[in-house]
Amino acid sequence: MQSRRDFIRISALGIGGITLGSRTIPGLFGKSLFDNPVVSEMKRYPTYCEVCFWKCAAWSHVDAEGRIQKIIGHDDDPHCNGRLCPRGTGGLGMYEDPDRLMTPLIRVEEDGKQTFRKASWDEALDLVAKRLQELSATYGPESIALFNHGSAGHHFSHLLKAMGSVNASAPSYAQCRGPREVGFKLTFGQVMGSPEPLDIRDTKCLVLIGSHLGENMHNGQVQEMADMIDKGGDIITVDPRYSIAAGKSKYWLPIKPATDIALLLAWINVLIEEKLYDVDFVQKNTIGFDQLAHHVRQMTPEWAYGITTIKPDLIRKTARLMAAASPAAIIHPGRHVTWYGDDTQRSRAIAILNALLGNWGRRGGFYFPEKVKVPDFPHPPYPKPKWGWREILDGKYPFAALSIANTFLDATIDEESPYAIHGWIVAGTNLPYTIPDVGRFEEAAQKAKFIVVVDTMPMEITGYADVILPECTYLERYDELRTSPHREPYIALRMPAAEPLGETKPAWWMTKELGKRLGLEDYFQYADFTEVLEWQLEQLGSSLDEMKKLGIKKFPRKSGPLYQPDNEVPWFNTPSGKVELYSAQLKEAGFDPIPNYTAHPTPPEGFYRLNYGRAPMHTFSRTSNNPYLADLMDENFVWVHPKVASKWSLENGQEVWLKNQDGIVSDLPIKVRITERIRWDSVYMVHGFGHVTKKLTQAYGKGVSDTQMITNVMDDPIMGGTGMRGNFVTFIKEQIS
Amino acid sequence: MRYAMAIDTKKCVGCADCVVACQIENDVPHGYCRDWITEKTVGTYPKLEMEIRSERCNHCENAPCVRCCPTGASYIAEGGVVLVEAAKCIGCGACIESCPYDARYSHPEGHVDKCTFCIHRVREGKQPACVAVCPTKCMYFGDLDDPSSEISKQLRTRKFKVLSPEAGTKPHVYYLI
Repeated sequence: MQSRRDFIRISALGIGGITLGSRTIPGLFGKSLFDNPVVSEMKRYPTYCEVCFWKCAAWSHVDAEGRIQKIIGHDDDPHCNGRLCPRGTGGLGMYEDPDRLMTPLIRVEEDGKQTFRKASWDEALDLVAKRLQELSATYGPESIALFNHGSAGHHFSHLLKAMGSVNASAPSYAQCRGPREVGFKLTFGQVMGSPEPLDIRDTKCLVLIGSHLGENMHNGQVQEMADMIDKGGDIITVDPRYSIAAGKSKYWLPIKPATDIALLLAWINVLIEEKLYDVDFVQKNTIGFDQLAHHVRQMTPEWAYGITTIKPDLIRKTARLMAAASPAAIIHPGRHVTWYGDDTQRSRAIAILNALLGNWGRRGGFYFPEKVKVPDFPHPPYPKPKWGWREILDGKYPFAALSIANTFLDATIDEESPYAIHGWIVAGTNLPYTIPDVGRFEEAAQKAKFIVVVDTMPMEITGYADVILPECTYLERYDELRTSPHREPYIALRMPAAEPLGETKPAWWMTKELGKRLGLEDYFQYADFTEVLEWQLEQLGSSLDEMKKLGIKKFPRKSGPLYQPDNEVPWFNTPSGKVELYSAQLKEAGFDPIPNYTAHPTPPEGFYRLNYGRAPMHTFSRTSNNPYLADLMDENFVWVHPKVASKWSLENGQEVWLKNQDGIVSDLPIKVRITERIRWDSVYMVHGFGHVTKKLTQAYGKGVSDTQMITNVMDDPIMGGTGMRGNFVTFIKEQIS
Repeated sequence: MRYAMAIDTKKCVGCADCVVACQIENDVPHGYCRDWITEKTVGTYPKLEMEIRSERCNHCENAPCVRCCPTGASYIAEGGVVLVEAAKCIGCGACIESCPYDARYSHPEGHVDKCTFCIHRVREGKQPACVAVCPTKCMYFGDLDDPSSEISKQLRTRKFKVLSPEAGTKPHVYYLI
């Protein structure tokens, strides 16, 4: 039987098609690019990077011929301090990628086979508007959902709300940082946000719990980590893998995976038993200390040793080190924290440990961030939806503060539900490489009555689309102003450095055009997005002209000092107004008010825990086709401990297939890397490889997608995060046909 | 004037930004590079030590590549920077064979290519592209003859080493350890 939605793998017409010439200038053979007088007339245009969520401000340098030559970080931007990371430097590859989507495409059936054909923008947008309108009329606008990541999401989210749906979701919450936001909100009354308000540059002790800073190239933070190394600060890294950060640490704690909470509780035990905690801060600013002290009394380093395999003296030594450095000590809240389903509780334990160190609002601890509030361009109020993502949750995950992306898949599969999702807009997120349990994604994609995908690249998700709208890259468009919390509030401008290639368009234009077709013109009262920027900048006391020259602009702080003044009592946005070491909110909702260690399953015989992470030159699955970044790393490897390799007679570079505990075999083989850097009970791979679409000519067929191997998902009952590190894999040395 | 580079292995995270910045700055063709990352881990789990290095041409004072070049295409330029004049290069590859650091490659256009310390930038008073971009600021470039230069200071105050000292090449790239 033919499925409603065949995944279209074979290169269809009209994808790519424009090849950019080399940036080499003819006639300059053997001469420096910069000796040429023509080239020295380079112009620069401000932008902020879209290769990852750190959004570093930068300048695109363009030669007299209009070619973008390079992208250089903005000196005054605190996200990058003039130094982009490899992805930002190689962001040029997003623009130059020969595989880019170049025209709108529509799914059609030809000779019984589904394929894409080129379409005009009018045709594609008319079709999208018609289908969205039909779904809206039949099932209500609430049945349309947006999956998004990155800047396009802002524009489509506005369109979605104007239509009457609040069902927008970014996998960056339930698949990534959600539990930490909830854990810190419950404890300190404040989420961490992005960038996290960590005063790493001045800290004397940085503790990383499974966070591989340096491999996750969170630019400003990596820079500050290097600064603190320069100043002689100490790093403590907890990781079953000898990460880059572990290699720079005074202490590396090679913990047995899934036992972090036991270590955190033992550290809390030591701080309390040895009276190393900040007594003054705890007395004045926290509630629940007595319950906490009672709770951890038996959770000694000796107790934790049996669980974590970390020796008691090492647990004590490291606890004393962080206490000696406090308040200039930070237990990093982490970023991707959806591991074992008890992640909010682990984040709570991290928050509590930080509270005991008294580092809130202190130099070298957590600073008080501030950001510029950019006013919304005037538009009519959004219609009130009849239901939203909370109804989909149906009482589950009571502390979810944002929608849970994977539950939109369930809501698509459950077509009969009053809260069913029928139409998808997907902007900038490659769902089958993002949300675990790909089988569930496949099922949902088959049930969806309409899928429109907005992307710059023919990622796998485009293979499921009914209509594909080709977005131009960040180097070719205006976008929302960047405003993000930092030590000082800044705004940053993104403006085009070149005309969009092919027929690609910015998301603001697509949403405006769709708005027009959906009778929502009032929400898009501008001919061009520069009008929106001009209006917003005027409200902020700047102008587009000024921002084109400056790139970024700093504003004075209004919220008070960066650190807590000694003579003021801090207030916390929790029900008690204090730091909640004991959480009555959690207790009332039926959860542990103080974190507990729960044992998690360990790998069965012959299987190894699948750990995954980031490489500094890649962002998720979206950069693996970037010609510059693929030059740096074009496939992932499975890291195997030498003992394991010997048991399986594996050799370096040998290709193996992986099979997980549920019998899922990887689509592709992956090469073995034998290394001492991984524990014998685990394997490791970099996330985002294993592309199966041939349209990604650079990345196709290289490595394995860790997401494909993650089918055991451990939900966090508190907020809905998808715990993904309870999957175990074994090796298949010859492919089963 | 003696140009040199010092790379702090304690700060380098091996992100390879230096590699992509060089590629873009110098229009190095895809699939080739003038600089690269070496990660070396010794010991057995969990007693491990790691060193990460950004590597490139060492701009040796006693450069075997220059000595063996039959056409004079490889030469020592201002500040001791080892360069290749592409127009004179016949692509024989003798220099590639002679380099103990494997720092040279055959450019698809027929000549040999390598790191130039971004001499075109240095002449304009700028830092080499790799140094300018490095997020961890782990690279120092400057004049060894100038005692007030940052690189001179680093080499005075820090322990350092060079690669393959036994080759007798007198490298001008130092690793702070």
